Amino acid sequence: MQETAHSLSLLVANRPGVLVRIALVFSRRGYNIDSLVVSPTLNPNFSRISIVARGNPEILIQIIKQLEKLIDVIHAKDHTDMSVVEKELALIKVRYELDQRAEILQLVEHFKANTIDMTENSMIIQITGNTDKIDAMKALCQKFKIVEYIRTGKVIMLRGEEET
Amino acid sequence: MTNHALSGAQIVIECLKREGVDTIFGYPGGSAIPMFDAILDTNIRMILSRHEQGATHMADGYARETGKVGVALVTSGPGATNTFTGIYTAMMDSVPLIILTAQTTTPNLGKDAFQECDTCGMTFPIVKHSYLVKNTNDLTRVMKEAFHIAQTGRPGPVLIDLPKDILAGPCTAPFIDKMDLPGYTIPTYADEEAVKQAAEYIKKSKKPLLLAGHGAMISGAGKWVKELAEKLNAPVTSTLLGLGTFPATHPLSLGMLGMHGTVYANKAVLDCDLIMSIGSRWDDRITGKLDEFCKDAVRLHIDIDPAEEGKVLQPHVFMCGDAKLVLEQLLPMVSKLDTEDWIKTVQTWKKRYPLTYPKQGGLRMQHVIHTVYKQTKGKAVVTVDVGQHQMWTAQFFGADYPRQLHNSGGAGTMGFGFPAAIGAAFGNTTDWPVCCFVGDGGFQMTLSELATAAIHKLPVKIFVLDNKFLGMVRQWQDLFYDKRYSGVNMEGNPDFVKLAESYGIPGLRIRRSADAERMIQKALAYNDGPILIHCECEKEDNVFPMIPAGAPISSMITEPPKTQLEKPTGST
Repeated sequence: MQETAHSLSLLVANRPGVLVRIALVFSRRGYNIDSLVVSPTLNPNFSRISIVARGNPEILIQIIKQLEKLIDVIHAKDHTDMSVVEKELALIKVRYELDQRAEILQLVEHFKANTIDMTENSMIIQITGNTDKIDAMKALCQKFKIVEYIRTGKVIMLRGEEET
Repeated sequence: MTNHALSGAQIVIECLKREGVDTIFGYPGGSAIPMFDAILDTNIRMILSRHEQGATHMADGYARETGKVGVALVTSGPGATNTFTGIYTAMMDSVPLIILTAQTTTPNLGKDAFQECDTCGMTFPIVKHSYLVKNTNDLTRVMKEAFHIAQTGRPGPVLIDLPKDILAGPCTAPFIDKMDLPGYTIPTYADEEAVKQAAEYIKKSKKPLLLAGHGAMISGAGKWVKELAEKLNAPVTSTLLGLGTFPATHPLSLGMLGMHGTVYANKAVLDCDLIMSIGSRWDDRITGKLDEFCKDAVRLHIDIDPAEEGKVLQPHVFMCGDAKLVLEQLLPMVSKLDTEDWIKTVQTWKKRYPLTYPKQGGLRMQHVIHTVYKQTKGKAVVTVDVGQHQMWTAQFFGADYPRQLHNSGGAGTMGFGFPAAIGAAFGNTTDWPVCCFVGDGGFQMTLSELATAAIHKLPVKIFVLDNKFLGMVRQWQDLFYDKRYSGVNMEGNPDFVKLAESYGIPGLRIRRSADAERMIQKALAYNDGPILIHCECEKEDNVFPMIPAGAPISSMITEPPKTQLEKPTGST
């Protein structure tokens, strides 16, 4: 069975251990978590967890059901192929020769990214967007020397009026 | 109401009382002293076990017998870790337990303090839910939620970790009745459309088969299963844990299916055109090779746990709900089916392939179990350990009543049977004796509880079915591993009669089949507490029928094979 990436969104009660319980469901079923973002919601009693995970789609159905069984998980939804806004942020630290700087800045402008730190021979680029865009930016930066690279992982929000 | 005067430990005890708990099973230790101190001032019975695993299995046996929540209380560190086998056993079989584990003080958490361990962290995969209480004022809420979660929906163990300073500190929180658990829903009735769809399938069936599982028993659906079977004129088979939900002596009963099930139940599985599971989870012990299990039959599945849908096999219709309520929905939608021929066929199989055992040779475990069945007229509470004798009990003690036969099914925990008998004896409200069938291997895992049975003079008949082997493993080595016996010889067994006597428990010995009748009569007539019956059995007897693990049901073996068999592909 083909492994595919899935974007999940969970609403969870802010109780100790909830993250471990969730992680255990994935590991027991052999699913790899690519990224995981926990953030507060408007209600201080709950948090939103956005997970990107990779594996067999049939197993994913089971994982979602097992997640929903957890007392502290209010709901778990797979948003793959749904109308959602998915964003992540990446920081890319690039080292370059002085004569390459203009080319990099052009790239930054093209991707509507920002430079948030700069020295004579290095800069940190901040880029937000969907996964493909960030992957493309990273690929182009590889022409220079990428010293370090970090991504936040995807946050997911349903389009339209409804709550995610 | 506020409780300024009460300590955390007193609050926990008060909450137990409010939940109707009158018996708990436990073992103390440093961190748990506040709890054991608070118990002294109540009328809750604290049954002191000899090991925490024993206490947990006792609570489990008590819960299975009564349908109420079983409670175990232990100390931190090793006290807590010793309960894990028991918690896992309860989790696998959906048994409602509350495990109260004491803990080091909150400032010491995570500092490797004496007898500190991350109890919650270590038990996440084997509990339905758990709490580490870090604020005394959370206690009333946690206790209320824990009892609610343990016994509703698909029941299971809930662990509450109680740091010593929380137990000692004052609690001012009021007792509560309402809970706020937005992530917890309890299925009741199933989706009406799904039930209608199932009814349509049933109407078309000529060869239906009902499968009663533990879920049917937990839900108290026995009466409805019977009503449905009789209304449709459909045979009923049971899982190990479902035995008794539908009376074994009912003409439509086929007994247990699966690996060591009856020939006729397994033939019915092979031949049916529709199978409806009522609260079973298609365990690998019953399906054999999954791809071939009922592959051409319509598969209907009733389960209270939504995550069981499609977990093992894809049903045509899944009805998520409480077995009793779903059957209530279904019953008016169906009527008598044209199953005359089917029933005739099934009855022929029942006559042609009865469960038997060889009458020659030494004492057989089957003989002991069947004699107890006959002498008690099937009116006994029976707890069983794990292995060959467990399968023979399923075969030869035909349970007619729910909550009569207590097995560690999913976990297959050796050492369960005897402490579970003690728990069941405390919960037993009938005048039936509690009979425990236990092998020489499993008994030695928890036999220290002989003391517990002795001090409380519990009417437990302990049948130690001794073949001086770990019989089930030996059977596999015999059939599939060229008889290369490895690690199964129980040489060094004690003299079980003398052992019992050293605890003040009388012991009897049966060596020959001819003595079984008389000695069992004597054991059953004894009414001054526990009695141990050491049955020295045939050493190399094998359980048949048998479907090798992972094989299709059609490859069932009904008698000792003449040649070496292929190694099984399935798990264990």
